[in-house]
Amino acid sequence: MALRDIRPTVRRRASRVSSYVVFLAILAVLVSLADWENLSKNFLRADVAATMFPMVWRAAFNTLWYTAASFVAGTILGTVFALMKMSKGPLKWFAVAYIELFRGLPAMLTILLMAFAIPIAFSSFKIPSTISALVALSLVSSAYTAEIIRSGIEAVAKGQREAARSLGMTHMQTTMSVILPQAFRIVIPPLTNELVLLLKDTSLFFAVGATKFSKELLQFGRDAGTTNANFTPYMVVAVFYLVITIPLTWLVSKLEKKMAVKK
Amino acid sequence: MSETTSRARLHPRDTPDPNAPPIQVIDLHKFFGEHHVLKGIDLTVEKKQVVCVIGPSGSGKSTLLRSINLLEWPSGGKVYIEGIDVQDPDVNLDRIRTRIGMVFQSFNLFPHMNVLRNVTIAQEKVLGRSKEEAQQIAWDMLERVGLTDKASAHPSQLSGGQQQRVAIARSLSMNPDMMLFDEPTSALDPELVGEVLEVMRTLAQEGMTMMVVTHEMGFAREVGTRLIFMDDGQIVEEGNPREILANPQQPRTQAFLSKVL
Ligand SMILES: Nc1ncnc2c1ncn2[C@@H]1O[C@H](COP(=O)(O)OP(=O)(O)OP(=O)(O)O)[C@@H](O)[C@H]1O
Ligand SMILES: [Mg+2]
Repeated sequence: MALRDIRPTVRRRASRVSSYVVFLAILAVLVSLADWENLSKNFLRADVAATMFPMVWRAAFNTLWYTAASFVAGTILGTVFALMKMSKGPLKWFAVAYIELFRGLPAMLTILLMAFAIPIAFSSFKIPSTISALVALSLVSSAYTAEIIRSGIEAVAKGQREAARSLGMTHMQTTMSVILPQAFRIVIPPLTNELVLLLKDTSLFFAVGATKFSKELLQFGRDAGTTNANFTPYMVVAVFYLVITIPLTWLVSKLEKKMAVKK
Repeated sequence: MSETTSRARLHPRDTPDPNAPPIQVIDLHKFFGEHHVLKGIDLTVEKKQVVCVIGPSGSGKSTLLRSINLLEWPSGGKVYIEGIDVQDPDVNLDRIRTRIGMVFQSFNLFPHMNVLRNVTIAQEKVLGRSKEEAQQIAWDMLERVGLTDKASAHPSQLSGGQQQRVAIARSLSMNPDMMLFDEPTSALDPELVGEVLEVMRTLAQEGMTMMVVTHEMGFAREVGTRLIFMDDGQIVEEGNPREILANPQQPRTQAFLSKVL
């Protein structure tokens, strides 16, 4: 029987089944070849995991608060840059340059540069590397947030500004009380998405070092891994990240669906 | 006309002249790029007049209204509000806009605030009224438009007619000296048009100076004190609404009215 005689749905189902079979076969070969005993000795040791408690909670807390701090700072700064970019005149071009600069550089490079530059620039203040990294991440985040918020502002109905202005409200009053509150509502999904990305980016702080109490999750895991000469701490840290990010990601998709329905 | 103009010059700043006409437009032109939308409009609206503006789509009716409260900046000509040259750089435009109420076809209520807040926010922020005073006035205004029971509702929970009445209450709460309406009933289901026109009719009877762009010929005939027919950026014909609607003089007016009546 020639292939084209089979009905299309049947043919599609047949090809899907065969691709599953191939996939499973490859997986089976890999699984049987892997050295499971060694893997679990290196990655899944309960006693090593146990040594991480309770300090891992501290690291998780640090990760969360670094995320929150750079998110808040990034959103405030980002709002300012969004408004600047939408204005006319030299401020606009400053905002454009700023946004392009920080979106164009790898976050890691910005963090490293700040970690070197800030202590030199403000040497009399003894600024901890974590603070430098927080500043860097806030700057990076504000560049992305600025674009998100700008799209939100543009999505607010044009008549809203006109109605406010015709009531005699100033440009500033209109922006603060009428436009921004609506813009923020519109961009809640992409902003939450940015929060998830930021959470993962705090792991880049490991590059600048930290004290015992200021480590975030990844650095804590790395250090525990080195101390124990074992990879289990990475697995523990991975679980911590997922416990935070999966609910957040789920929340984003729920919010996106809700917003889509509203439109 | 020149007398009013010179009087306006004596009051170059924000002080309204109580004797000047509420609205005076002299040789107003507006370009959008190459597109010549207003081609020399001359218009004086006296106190307590209800001027209805009709005309085909794209003739510049909205642009005229929007130029009067400076949502659009004139490309040429003059706009005086209560004797004040609104293009004078020394003039505070926000203060002038406070005295001109504007009602839009699409209501433009603030969707993130309840009805009461919609009516109080500009009173507090612009006029500096206390919260209590603003709310008191808001209740009075909502009573005028018959919507006190919706004070805590959000705009999305209201019908179009109710939303438009809130928008009118919101404008009135600023104690404007005049009101501009840009097709206030065009977005409404037919059965909701009446309630909005009723509010506007009452307002006119109370002596509010009004300029109304509308397709409601009945309203223009019964409430309007003057009718303007615009076409292609010009005022083609104007006068008593009953006379024009019954007996239009210009061929373009005749052609338009034969289509809509
Ligand atoms: N912001 C703008 N930019 C460019 N062109 C514009 C703008 N606003 C209006 N126009 C054009 O100016 C012309 C007049 O528009 P306007 O809205 O004043 O007409 P209108 O008489 O109110 O019509 P309608 O009955 O459809 O509301 C139209 O051709 C329109 O496309
Ligand atoms: Mg219009």
